[in-house]
Formats: sequence, C-alpha cells, structure tokens
Amino acid sequence: MKRSIPLAIVMVGGILFMIQYFIPHQHSQTLFDYYTQWAPIVGAFALVLGVGSLYRLHSHKIKRKAKNWQYSYAVLVPLFLIPIFALIMPESLGGGIMQNMGGDRVTQGVFDFAYLNVQVPIQATMFSLLAFYIASAAFRAFRAKSALASILLIAAVIVMLGQVPIGELIGKWFPKIGLWILRYPNLGAKRAIALGVGFGMLATQLKIIFGVERNWLGGAGK
Amino acid sequence: MTETIGLWVAALFTIGIYSFLYKENPLYRLAEHLVIGVSLGYNIAITYTNVIQPKLLDPISSGEQGAWLLLVPAILGLLYITRFFPGVGWLSRYPMAFLMGAGMGVGFPLSMKAQVLRQLEASLIPLYETGMAWDVVIGNVVMVLGTLAALIYFFFSKPHKGLFFGTGSKIGIWVIMIGFGATFGFTVMGRISLLIGRIQFLLGDWLHIIE
Repeated sequence: MKRSIPLAIVMVGGILFMIQYFIPHQHSQTLFDYYTQWAPIVGAFALVLGVGSLYRLHSHKIKRKAKNWQYSYAVLVPLFLIPIFALIMPESLGGGIMQNMGGDRVTQGVFDFAYLNVQVPIQATMFSLLAFYIASAAFRAFRAKSALASILLIAAVIVMLGQVPIGELIGKWFPKIGLWILRYPNLGAKRAIALGVGFGMLATQLKIIFGVERNWLGGAGK
Repeated sequence: MTETIGLWVAALFTIGIYSFLYKENPLYRLAEHLVIGVSLGYNIAITYTNVIQPKLLDPISSGEQGAWLLLVPAILGLLYITRFFPGVGWLSRYPMAFLMGAGMGVGFPLSMKAQVLRQLEASLIPLYETGMAWDVVIGNVVMVLGTLAALIYFFFSKPHKGLFFGTGSKIGIWVIMIGFGATFGFTVMGRISLLIGRIQFLLGDWLHIIE
C-alpha cells in the first residue's frame, strides 16, 4: 500500500503511455488528452508543498530567533501578500495581474510592481554578478598548462573576441573563425554530449518505470 | 510617481546585489530573501490564474460535460499535502506516482525522438556537394568526425587503445575541449551583456548620466 501501489501505478502508467504514442487511434488520443489535462492540475498542487515547506522553515526561524531571523519576514511577507493582491484585492486597492507581461514598464498594481521592480532587476543582477566570478574561474581554468587546456583557452578567446568589435579590428576573418568554431567542432561535441544525455535519459526513464530507481518515493512513512 | 519609486527600488536592489562583490551585507541579504518570497508569490498567482482557475475551477463551476472527472486530479493533487503529516505522509506518493509514471511513459518516445534520433539524423549530412564553400566542407567533416570521436571518448566498455578506440578517443577529447572552450566563451559574453544591461540601467534609466 505504501510503496507497492505507487510503484505499480508508475509501471502501468509508464508502459501504457509509452505504448499509447505508437497507437494512432481515437481512444489512444483521448487517453493522452486526459494526461495533458490532468498533469498540470496535479503538478500545480505540488506548489502547496513547496510553499508549505518554505513557510515552515522560515516561521521556525522566526520562532526560534535563529541567526538572521529578521530576513525571514522578507520571504514570508511577499510570499503571501503578492497572491493576495494579485488574486483577491480589487484593482482600486492595487490588486490584479498585468495582462501583458512583455510590455513596457507600466505598473498597475502590487503584483506588477513587485515583478518589474524587485524580481526582474534582482534576478538579472544576480546573473550578471556571475560575469565577475566567471572571470576568476577562467583565470584558474585557462592556464595553458597542457595541450588540452591550451585548446580550451584558444577556442574560448576566439569565440569571445569574435563577438566584439575588437575581433573585427584584428582581422575581418577573425569573427568568421569564431562562428566556424561555434557551428562545427562545437556542434560536433554538443551533439555527442546530447546523444549521451539522451541515452542516459532513456535508461533513467526505463529504470523508473520498472521500479529499479526508487529514490523518488522518498522516506515518508517508510 | 509609481514609476519613479519603482526605478529607485530596482536601483537599490541592483546596488544591493553588486555590494556582495565587496562582502556579504544586510542589503544583499534582504534582496536575496526578498527575491525568493516575490518569485514564489508570483508563481502562486500565475499558477492559479493559468492552471487552477481555467483548467479546474471554471470547467467545474460552469458545469461542463464530464468536468466532474477533474476532481480526480484535484484529489490526487491534494494528497501532496499529506506530506506534512507523518502518519499519512506516504499518501503523497500517489500524485507523484501518477506524474512520474505517465510523465516517463510520455517522455520516453519523445526523448528517443528529440535527443537520439534527431541528433543522429542531423549528423547524417552530405560532406560535400557541388558548389559548397570549402570552409563548409571542412566544417562538415570536422562536425561528423568530431561527433563520432566524442562518442568514442564517452564509450567506456572498451579500453581506449588501438587505432579506432585509442586515436578516436584522443581526437574526441580535443573536440570536446574545443566545444567546452566555445561554450565558456559564449557564456562569458552572455553574462557580460547582462552586466552591461544593468550598468546601462543604473547610469541611464536611474541616474540619466548616459543616454
């Protein structure tokens, strides 16, 4: 009941949907339609689990006055306020969701304000912060100690310089070499890695379907 | 007014994140915690408006034919919550089993198609055709042989010795290194352009020092 039935559901569901792909029949399509309808609903409820875990973690931190507990309010307040403003509050009180997320910086309510002025700039800055760390990582990785490290260094330098105006100043052929490296040897390596990943995915999927891989069961209730 | 406040808030948090380059500080910590709360709050709102409301609540409330069947995934989804109660926590495996089983079954032929067959198909190209530029011909040869050599390098069931496996794996690692170098260079350029974007925001949109 605790482990066998979930494993049986995975096996039956896995085999059924694997076969379904190869059967061009109305019933087979109906089965697939049910999956596409049901899976997002079931998946959406997993968010409750994530929110619950985060709430538990931070509320415990606040209760115990653990180190840096004050910052837990910075997690919990927007976590609950943003959905309340987006879904419950009327537009006159700053509620509602922006209809066109790809539009200009037009803020209409708390939800849009938090998204455009807090989430987007912080995330973009965090990613751009990596420019500094990637530079120091490059210093360590790019020391031409061996032939292989040298080839890595040369390929990276050509690709980097080929994309900026200085590359064209070195020679008109320079950006073309960068592009050629990206298009051919890089693609060859990527394709081999993609094939390896593909075979790995297939093997893992089969292992999960046939119950060889059971880590997803977790330890709840044993 | 709201836009000006928004600009100042965005600028404050941008500087807050960059202040980490010096050392960890309260402003960075605040921004770090805030982005977790905001992005999860955003996800809750979006999941409700894009999934729960149109795919579950609206069909049931409007009495669509067969909509009662949607109660099955809803109940399955609710079983996730049992994870918080140690005695019945194992029930949360049922929705996971549904998603895992059906997901793996649906994903298997699709992975086979996209990750394996399409990649093999894309590798089976004519090396030379009339009128093809010389750099394209060399490129095609490098790409096809490079894929084969890199695959040999990843094949560990045979020792990497002899003409085929030994030389093949050596060429393979060279091709892989060129690929890694190119990917690294490409990633660096991506991060640098993001950095330029943030600097432009600070100096242009916020301080109006540059156009």
